[in-house]
Amino acid sequence: MKTVTTDLVVIGGGPAGMSAALAAYDQGIRDILILERDNALGGILRQCIHNGFGLHRFGEELTGPEYAARDAIRVKELSIPYMTDTMALSLSPDLEVRATSQTNGIFKIKAKAVILAMGCRERPAGALGIAGNRPAGVYSAGTAQKFVNMKGYMPGRDVVILGSGDIGLIMARRMTLEGAKVHAVCELMPYSGGLARNIEQCLNDFDIPLLLSHTVTRLHGKKRLEGVTIQKVDENRRPISGSEQYIPCDTLLLSCGLIPENELTTEAGIALDRVTSGAIVDQDRMTSLSGVFACGNVLQVHDLVDFVSEEAAIAGKAAANFIKNQKTPPISVSLNAGDGVRYTVPQIVTEAKDVTVYFRVTDVQKDVRIALYDGDTCLLSKKKISVAPGEMETLSLSPEVLKEANGKTLTIKIERKD
Amino acid sequence: MEKTTRALTCIVCPRGCQMQVTLEDGVPVSVCGNICPRGKTYAEAECTHPVRTLTSTIRLQDGRILPVKTNGAIPKHLLFDAMDIVGGLHPAAPVALGQVILQNLLDTGVDVVATADAE
Repeated sequence: MKTVTTDLVVIGGGPAGMSAALAAYDQGIRDILILERDNALGGILRQCIHNGFGLHRFGEELTGPEYAARDAIRVKELSIPYMTDTMALSLSPDLEVRATSQTNGIFKIKAKAVILAMGCRERPAGALGIAGNRPAGVYSAGTAQKFVNMKGYMPGRDVVILGSGDIGLIMARRMTLEGAKVHAVCELMPYSGGLARNIEQCLNDFDIPLLLSHTVTRLHGKKRLEGVTIQKVDENRRPISGSEQYIPCDTLLLSCGLIPENELTTEAGIALDRVTSGAIVDQDRMTSLSGVFACGNVLQVHDLVDFVSEEAAIAGKAAANFIKNQKTPPISVSLNAGDGVRYTVPQIVTEAKDVTVYFRVTDVQKDVRIALYDGDTCLLSKKKISVAPGEMETLSLSPEVLKEANGKTLTIKIERKD
Repeated sequence: MEKTTRALTCIVCPRGCQMQVTLEDGVPVSVCGNICPRGKTYAEAECTHPVRTLTSTIRLQDGRILPVKTNGAIPKHLLFDAMDIVGGLHPAAPVALGQVILQNLLDTGVDVVATADAE
């Protein structure tokens, strides 16, 4: 088997992979290899033809392909090596990546550092356990997006969407503009999982009803979907008997959450966080396997690609420093998700520097305080007018706070503002 | 003079400010709830002449699909007419990112441009 050596392997050529590689390049690393399984750099952005990307990072509104092109053009200009149509098959604990492509066959890459940037996948139909037949016409929203935006096929004409995540909302508009009738978007929770702007411009603009606290409980049709039964759910998300409603449709799109794609990570024995389904990382996004970093949606599902790029730049810079062996003496602070907080990234901090902690809350709440505790002592807090699980929150920790907390566990909580 | 209010969700950025517009005889006189000036501009436009940027795809002569957008916002009521016209565009490759595919879409003064390269 052919073996190549390189300083840095980046697995995934989407926004995270490209941003990480560019950040490592900016730190002086030249021996880089990006592995991308699709036929071009850009990742999922290539099929996200709608606009709204890049406001944070570039100060202008770009479409997905345009955002991806910004990084891809730089990668090409700087001659950062990348391989497309190349699939990473495994990662070993001694940082050896096995990959395959039609032109190179199976080959090995020995690296000094590895950045995991494989992104995430949509929760599939099989994970939802909907009763009834298994007819054609049931797609994840992202699959439908690929059909419509990259292949030019329409998956169907009469559509119901389950889940109000942003991809589902975007596809409701896209299918409508392409001539389909979107009958309803059903959302299990009492609030939408998507951005308010997308409810406005993707549903309200086209009079598409958003049915909160509703789910699809049965698929009808043998060869092709003919309709779905939807039902209201109670506060425990259980379908309410008697609330059944039949909607004839030939297509059901699922937008029911994203799951980080961590097969390689798991196989390498890297510790995962049960809540994020991504690796447990420190402030540099280094995983439990020294020299392996994770960033973007493979680490935690983000709301905006701008934040993916930002996180990936942290990982890329840190990987470069790891390769150059510039480690400062470590501290050890654990971060704990307390009341009202689902998870934090990073989960541990090993260096006393300015660290931004990203986290999600468990519930929609108004007039709250985000507070950081060492036991019963509140170290700092900030007010928030409102918080929602669909919007990632941040808390900045100073080097002083971290130095003081060496060896301890700090807890982030959501408190009612008195 | 008739005074009315209208609740709007701003679509300018992912923050999605919840805004209240006060109108006198259908003319916006004040906007609140917006965090930045772009929200006010959006709210005023939304109450008088709502506009949207359209993104879609076209099929090139060789059959490949290419993403496109309007390089500015067009009146909301023209979205479906615009889709009909955009769907009829079939230029030959190569097309470069940013290249104008159609000028002055439906007399809006806005062009249809490519948002990716096709070599």
